[in-house]
Amino acid sequence: MTYEEIINILPYSLDINAKEKLLTDRLLNLTKLHREKCPEYARMLAALNFDADKVTSYKDIPFLPVRLFKELELKSVESKEIVKTMTSSGTTGQAVSRIYLDRATASNQQKTMVKIVSDFTGSGRMPMMIIDCPSVIKDRTMFSARGAGILGFSVFGAKKIYALDDDMNLDVAEVKKFLETYKDQKILLFGFTFMIWQHFYKELLRLKEDGITFDFSNGILIHGGGWKKLVSEAVSPKEFHERMKDVCGLEHIHDYYGMVEQTGCIYMECECGHLHASIFSDVIIRRPRDFSEANIGETGIIQVVSTIPESYPGHSLLTEDEGVVLGVDDCPCGRKGKYFKINGRLRNAEIRGCSDTYAERFKS
Amino acid sequence: MRKDLNPDVLKRVTYLTGSAEMAAGLCDTPAKMVFDESVIDFLDDVSKVLMKAPEAKGYPDVVTFGFWIRRGSVLKLAERFKGRDGQPRLGRGTAFHIAPSNVPVNFAYSMVCGLLTGNGNIVRVPFKDFPQVRIIIDAFDQALARHRGMKPYILFVRYERDKDVNDLFSSIADTRVVWGGDETVAELRKSPLPPRSGEITFADRYSLAVIDSDFYMAMEDESHVAEDFYNDTFLSDQNACTSPRLIVWTGNKIAEAKKLFWDEEHKLVERKYAFQAIQGVNKLTKSCLVAAAISGVKVEEHRDNLIIRVSVPEITGTLMDYRDNSGYFYEYDCKNIMDLAPLCDDKRCQTIGYIGEREAVLPLIQSGVKGIDRVVPMGKTMDFDLIWDGYDLSAFLSRTVVFV
Repeated sequence: MTYEEIINILPYSLDINAKEKLLTDRLLNLTKLHREKCPEYARMLAALNFDADKVTSYKDIPFLPVRLFKELELKSVESKEIVKTMTSSGTTGQAVSRIYLDRATASNQQKTMVKIVSDFTGSGRMPMMIIDCPSVIKDRTMFSARGAGILGFSVFGAKKIYALDDDMNLDVAEVKKFLETYKDQKILLFGFTFMIWQHFYKELLRLKEDGITFDFSNGILIHGGGWKKLVSEAVSPKEFHERMKDVCGLEHIHDYYGMVEQTGCIYMECECGHLHASIFSDVIIRRPRDFSEANIGETGIIQVVSTIPESYPGHSLLTEDEGVVLGVDDCPCGRKGKYFKINGRLRNAEIRGCSDTYAERFKS
Repeated sequence: MRKDLNPDVLKRVTYLTGSAEMAAGLCDTPAKMVFDESVIDFLDDVSKVLMKAPEAKGYPDVVTFGFWIRRGSVLKLAERFKGRDGQPRLGRGTAFHIAPSNVPVNFAYSMVCGLLTGNGNIVRVPFKDFPQVRIIIDAFDQALARHRGMKPYILFVRYERDKDVNDLFSSIADTRVVWGGDETVAELRKSPLPPRSGEITFADRYSLAVIDSDFYMAMEDESHVAEDFYNDTFLSDQNACTSPRLIVWTGNKIAEAKKLFWDEEHKLVERKYAFQAIQGVNKLTKSCLVAAAISGVKVEEHRDNLIIRVSVPEITGTLMDYRDNSGYFYEYDCKNIMDLAPLCDDKRCQTIGYIGEREAVLPLIQSGVKGIDRVVPMGKTMDFDLIWDGYDLSAFLSRTVVFV
């Protein structure tokens, strides 16, 4: 099956058996493609004793640890075919992932995201407010995860504004004007969870105390980037929702889970608070001790597969996140496929040893 | 002689045993003769306290240390290191030791080396609060109450990374002993030593094991071998400088020896080792990285992530750039011991643990490789000695008076 055929299937329309068949066919083909085009990947498969003939399910296909993309330049196309290099947003001094995209993969990422997000927002573009600063998307050839997210979601925006200036201050006048202009329409808000909390919510709260209020009751907020930084502020997803509603009437809020290594295939949070896998990708929870598949309800390491990547061997990856599948095909929201939640990142190993290490290598 | 030391800097240090005044007074403390009776008596007392301490029982590393400093064991060391040529030998003066931050008892061994060779000692203990550190320092304190004359010779200190403190202690050190690997050595090298002072540095090292398959198959007690190997590897998360990272198999029964050896080891690891989720991910990452770099490597069949073995078709000089820990082993089927030369001709190569005849590795040493400082039986790779990492510590820490 080609990606052109896959993209025309509705994102949450296949049940477990139909999806299994689709993923097995497509991911096995991608595995063979990358084995042929990426010599490092071919050597890894050989070392792992991979035998394509023995694959009966996409779950049998090897997974590469995401960290490899920080250490190696893995690509399955000639350098001249590369139109974009995506990088993860590591802080200074940390290794960053480098993901190489050719025209087809970049375009499929975009199309896939549109399909997934439209299922939650409805199709058609909306006025959009980006809760970030404009400078984050300056360099268009090198995309950080933040920039990529913003650009990716920008296709849903008919008219766009940035809510923050480059010093991360809320632009009150612009926001007021925006709300006034589109007061009778559905509007889309997008940003990263921590940024929203730090520079948007807290500022709205402060302004409210001064009697300046905003009405976002006609807004849909989509946010991602994880909860790690909010843990220190002891903000749970539930509280995040409640406080947003309190401060500005915003009720429609969707978290999403995704990573730069598999851009496009994001996992959106539904109205019931569950993250959903679309037919374009899947999560498999692995038991740490032997990487066997965990049962529904059992916590383990998250493997992600994506049907998109043709220009780099990132179609089957082992993350360093922990999560749990809550159910398959039976979420009350009506969407088919797995639904799950993320528990957070795996803890760094505590090990003994004669050699002192000051740098914490594996934080990102 | 008393040196004025900056009191503000001295105050940044926590003195677990001793005090700022005692640190300043080290320059006035007379050195002792090597293996002085007072030191041997004192250490024997510490040993007795440790052997009796109920809280020490749960820590095999503490028990091993207690055993090593008892009179009988120290007298054996004295026989080897005291020198019999009638030339007086005594401590160089003050020794400043930086212990590794992630090994609980190494600091105590370093202190004992300094004491046996007649020095006054400042030992920086790990910042992390290991119970072993507390137990051992308690024992020292108890024994010091009965051996008051030893007090000026023993300071246990704790401080966070602080160049001013390093500068200050280095300025009064006659010998500096730096554990903790490349990064810590580089850190301490920024602090100058007086012209006549010397330094012992313990850099990053790696180790391997050589197993004669015929010899192993003829052994009676494979579960005992498994214990020995466990102590050499998993007990320190296979991350000590002495822990084998590569297993070299020789002889004619390699296939059956491997099967038996790893089956036995797996049983033990399953029972004793506390596996952490991220370790499986780390091992898979290393397997993939080495596979990308060296063709022909194979990840051996494994039923879980406790032990991951990767067989290599040849030994290359870069193999150890891909070393990992916590149960990650490279394996090589070896026809000729000289195949190991690229890996052993590297100054980072430290210990060869063996099962079989130690003479088998002699040609390698005689070929003039720059690595290999220790060839010791399996199960003994962690056994501490005054010769360590290729250095005779007793020689570095003492001076010999020509007396003719």
